[in-house]
Amino acid sequence: MTGLGVSTVLAECRAQGRAALIGYLPVGFPDPATSLRAMVSLVENGCDIVEVGLPYSDPLIDGPANQRAAAAALAAGTKVTDVFAATRAVRSAGAPPLVMTYWNLVLKYGVDRFADDLAAAGGAGLVTPDLIPEEALDWIAASERTGLDRVFLIAPSSTPERLDIVTRATRGFVYCASTMGVTGVRTQVSTTAQELTERAREVTDLPLCVGLGVSTGEQAAQVGSFADGVIVGSALVSTFFDTDPETGLERLGALTRELAAGVAAGGRA
Amino acid sequence: MSIPGRFGRFGGRFVPEALVPALEQLDEVRQKAALDPDFRAELERLHRTYTGRPSIITEVPRFAAHAGGARIILKREDLNHTGSHKINNVLAQALLTKRMGKRRIIAETGAGQHGVATATAAALMGLDCTVYMGKVDTQRQALNVARMKMLGAEVVAVDNGSQTLKDAINEALRDWVTHVDDTHYCIGTVTGPHPFPEMVRDFHKIIGIEAREQVLDLTGRLPDAVLACVGGGSNAMGIFYRFIEDEQVRLIGVEAGGEGIASGRHAARFAGAGAGVLHGALSYLMQDEDGQTLESHSVSAGLDYPSVGPEHAYLRDLGRAEYRHATDEAAMNAFRLLCRTEGIIPALESAHALAGALDVGRELGPDALLLVNLSGRGDKDMHTAAAWFGLIDPDHPELPAPPAAQVPV
Repeated sequence: MTGLGVSTVLAECRAQGRAALIGYLPVGFPDPATSLRAMVSLVENGCDIVEVGLPYSDPLIDGPANQRAAAAALAAGTKVTDVFAATRAVRSAGAPPLVMTYWNLVLKYGVDRFADDLAAAGGAGLVTPDLIPEEALDWIAASERTGLDRVFLIAPSSTPERLDIVTRATRGFVYCASTMGVTGVRTQVSTTAQELTERAREVTDLPLCVGLGVSTGEQAAQVGSFADGVIVGSALVSTFFDTDPETGLERLGALTRELAAGVAAGGRA
Repeated sequence: MSIPGRFGRFGGRFVPEALVPALEQLDEVRQKAALDPDFRAELERLHRTYTGRPSIITEVPRFAAHAGGARIILKREDLNHTGSHKINNVLAQALLTKRMGKRRIIAETGAGQHGVATATAAALMGLDCTVYMGKVDTQRQALNVARMKMLGAEVVAVDNGSQTLKDAINEALRDWVTHVDDTHYCIGTVTGPHPFPEMVRDFHKIIGIEAREQVLDLTGRLPDAVLACVGGGSNAMGIFYRFIEDEQVRLIGVEAGGEGIASGRHAARFAGAGAGVLHGALSYLMQDEDGQTLESHSVSAGLDYPSVGPEHAYLRDLGRAEYRHATDEAAMNAFRLLCRTEGIIPALESAHALAGALDVGRELGPDALLLVNLSGRGDKDMHTAAAWFGLIDPDHPELPAPPAAQVPV
């Protein structure tokens, strides 16, 4: 093992001839204690990396499922500092935790202070959906200093010039948004995802992980056949809707195992 | 890497990467258009033959008698087609939409004025139009919802979060990121990611350009102060911009003081908020200790927004503009006073600027000359005003209230 980041895990998955499974859940949903158990459950049931979401009042790239979970977590009093208990729990369970956060929460906390506290709490880095590299100079410096990964996003609309700018600034993996739009379950993974990864491979050697819209083992296998990682969020979050926490955890475990089997079956040439 | 669109440390482009190409395209198209004689001529023609520009100025001596005897001149953006300044920006952005080859335009709206203006421009230019409006705002501005629908727009009542302007913007951004191929997001104020703050200001700066000349013609001198209400801040940037280089002219923005700063229920960002990012721009932001956005409050939907245009933040820190606030009560009193003394019904938003003018006039005394941007008309606010002043008997809304409930000036 070297470093805090996700590179080692992604290399191991690659050596196994499969894509990594990356699962997203927000801190504090459905309640603080259950959210930590849920993240550990992701690891135990086959997630290679956990994306730990920080609930935010104005999640403008999130669809209805993640909005609902974030609103519930905030209503229950979830604080930014709660994220560090989550990253510790995930790291103890054996997987690197990446924190997914809208930028104002980090800005308010202090970029350097957040980086220090995240590194101390076993964090692997940040996924920043509303931060582009041009606005990230403080974060790039802080992540260099602390050894944290910085996962920026690319999208089907990204021009070759943008792909170059974003991938150069990225460390860990590149988050490829499979489609234009917000997070959420979709019945089909769009073909634009594969085209995007092909275009990105021309400008970077970094692992390319695909998110937005993946919800089943079959979709995970399909995406895993061309991507280095498959990111699943809303489908996992939804296992806790309209049920009690224990039933939610059972559903979560079952879905995670299905997705893990999917990436295993998907294989990669 | 350069950082585009900064006003000092404020502004910027804090958005999902998916939107960056569209913002770059918009920036390029609007810069080319600004230099294109055809675009300028078309916009000028629309101003003259559709909007009704130049808007007039009106001196209001009976109102000014309550302001320490200072002279007060109103810039009458309320007389524009659709009833507010918003049309200036919208017609220009609709022209840009067509230049970009897009067929659909979306907008957020608070009071409904920007939504109505956008629906109007869409009807005029044959564009599809969807307007996002907080559910609370659709209730307090029902008349404007009906207007937008009559004009052919789809109105989406946003029922998440605080159900006001900020949530309408979230939803519009989600629509935009999904449909950016064929859709332009016509942001209605001087905030959002670059190039919006700069571009929207440029489309409104005609207000100040006209007003400066009109005031000089009428009085032979520059005003001592220019006042405007500030929600996002588009009408204020529009009237301020031409006066920035006139250092002797005070630029005074009036924010919504709501139920008072101490109550916490207000939208006076400059009264204590710190820097933060919302909707793509770094500016002053009402937020809690974690950086979560706080809900703002104002009797006026158009000022009910927890952040403010980044150029205002810059002018404020620079000391070039100053910002004060008017409470709901002060604004309502100024609203009634202008109705009763001058026969002009202002928008509740603009009534905040009028309340500010009453205070500033008293501070400066009878030699002062104040220019106030009357950014919109108040027809849409009759429901709120009737409830506030008890003009309608709640048990019998079809009847006028008994005389005792009617309010003297």
